[in-house]
Amino acid sequence: MKKYTDTGKKDTRSGFGAGLTELGQTNENVVALCADLTGSLKMDAFKANHPERFFQVGVAEANMMGLAAGMTIGGKIPFTGTFANFSTGRVYDQIRQSIAYSHKNVKICASHAGVTLGEDGATHQILEDIGLMKMLPGMTVINTCDFNQTKAATLAIAEHHGPVYLRFGRPKVANFTPEDQTFEIGKAVHLQEGTDVTIVATGHLVWEALLAAETLHEQGVSAEVINIHTIKPLDDEAILNSVAKTGCVVTAEEHNFLGGLGESVSRVLALNDPRPQ
Amino acid sequence: MPDIHHLNDLVTQVRRDILRQVHKVNSGHPGGSLGCTEFFVALFQVLMNRKEGFDMDGIGEDIFFLSNGHISPVFYSVLARSGYFPVDELNTFRLINSRLQGHPTTHEGLPGVRMASGSLGQGISVSIGAASTKKLNNDPHLVYTLCGDGELQEGQNWEAIMYASANKVDNLIVTVDYNGQQIDGSLESVLTLGNLRAKFEAFGWEVLDIEQGNDLEAVISGMQEAKSKTGQGKPVCVLLHTIMGNGVDFMMHTHAWHGKAPNDEQLEIGLSQNPVTLGDY
Repeated sequence: MKKYTDTGKKDTRSGFGAGLTELGQTNENVVALCADLTGSLKMDAFKANHPERFFQVGVAEANMMGLAAGMTIGGKIPFTGTFANFSTGRVYDQIRQSIAYSHKNVKICASHAGVTLGEDGATHQILEDIGLMKMLPGMTVINTCDFNQTKAATLAIAEHHGPVYLRFGRPKVANFTPEDQTFEIGKAVHLQEGTDVTIVATGHLVWEALLAAETLHEQGVSAEVINIHTIKPLDDEAILNSVAKTGCVVTAEEHNFLGGLGESVSRVLALNDPRPQ
Repeated sequence: MPDIHHLNDLVTQVRRDILRQVHKVNSGHPGGSLGCTEFFVALFQVLMNRKEGFDMDGIGEDIFFLSNGHISPVFYSVLARSGYFPVDELNTFRLINSRLQGHPTTHEGLPGVRMASGSLGQGISVSIGAASTKKLNNDPHLVYTLCGDGELQEGQNWEAIMYASANKVDNLIVTVDYNGQQIDGSLESVLTLGNLRAKFEAFGWEVLDIEQGNDLEAVISGMQEAKSKTGQGKPVCVLLHTIMGNGVDFMMHTHAWHGKAPNDEQLEIGLSQNPVTLGDY
């Protein structure tokens, strides 16, 4: 088995902040908007370095999405920042019409997603956002697993033309992917080779999947672990090839199965390789 | 500025276009379209500083967003007759695979349309965003938006209205089609806006009234005054007092024709009140 090392626990939202800070220096078209959560989204450095390109919109997320859509006209690349709950469900119609349907180059960056948000409770632990966003035309949906990957994804989506939903979280979690990685949108990452079962994981649960694979190994079960950072477009081929080999699949995500990665994987298998799941 | 007689001829022709588009497919929104005909003609023929052709970014020119997308018949007619696409394409209004959907979209690449609209209340936010980018780009041109009065019942507008004054977005003119009607009845009977001027002023906007919103010369001079108020630290709002259904007597002063098409006989009456000037498509 490959060994992965936690280089020190860090929050994925700080990976976003680090990426945004770097983009501020390297891409003058990048602008940032925040709905009164600058500290929580780790956007402080961008704000301090580029006050003219930072837009504080207050607690008004619907307006923020409309502003971002409008800012693309004239060549800016807006990154919006608020919690996942307020980035999606609260403003779904604004995103649908002004961003997705109008194919605007907006990057919707969402922290505090999923149950690992913890103490804030159910109102904030959105488990429906991936489903909401992946149904929208032209929307790329990304859920990163650690600090390094979130930073790399933040840099990568600035180079991608079109709307993107980038989902990350609040807690400090293992940081185990390479610091210098290139983030390829839509390309799965094989973390463990295995023969008995495929674990397809996204977000914070990728590290947990690696731990599960170790436990399974001790029990004599060989688990393949795939990091699906991009849920849409999904790397169908990686999933199909792996499941063809192992004949068994488990999905792991901080999201409702309905609309989530689990359902996306089911769809791919049902369409291409029907077998017991 | 083009000759005022020619512009008035264009207004009449656009009214014919509106009626004929909506009649052909037995659906669409003639009332608000007819009420805003003078505004659109003034905007695209006189007021806006436009480049030749169309590109999405609109750098180096004034740009316009239609927030109340349901009045697409007047938007499409004036875009076509201002050279954005062939006038004959008005024949395809609301048909399957047409670029002229019931509400405007960008998906099919119709020149002149920079944002989908139809779900109400989003255009002011979008126009503030575009105006902010113009400032970042050191582009001195203006952003214009039209929204309905009933549309202002959507809460997002007030988020945007608050934001624009707080951030001194002064390269923006938001015009409200103040016809006092909406689908279910008069604005007063559905959900009154109260003193709209006072509301905009309380939110820190410069507000102008154009009392004769269906008098082309009054619209032009009123909007030119609005332009003169830009660049002074405040966003500018124009309350454009119009008559829904203007120019077709049986459609005026009622909400009944907000979203209803005329039948054959009604079309003929409407067209007879607006004889051909520049030629039908």
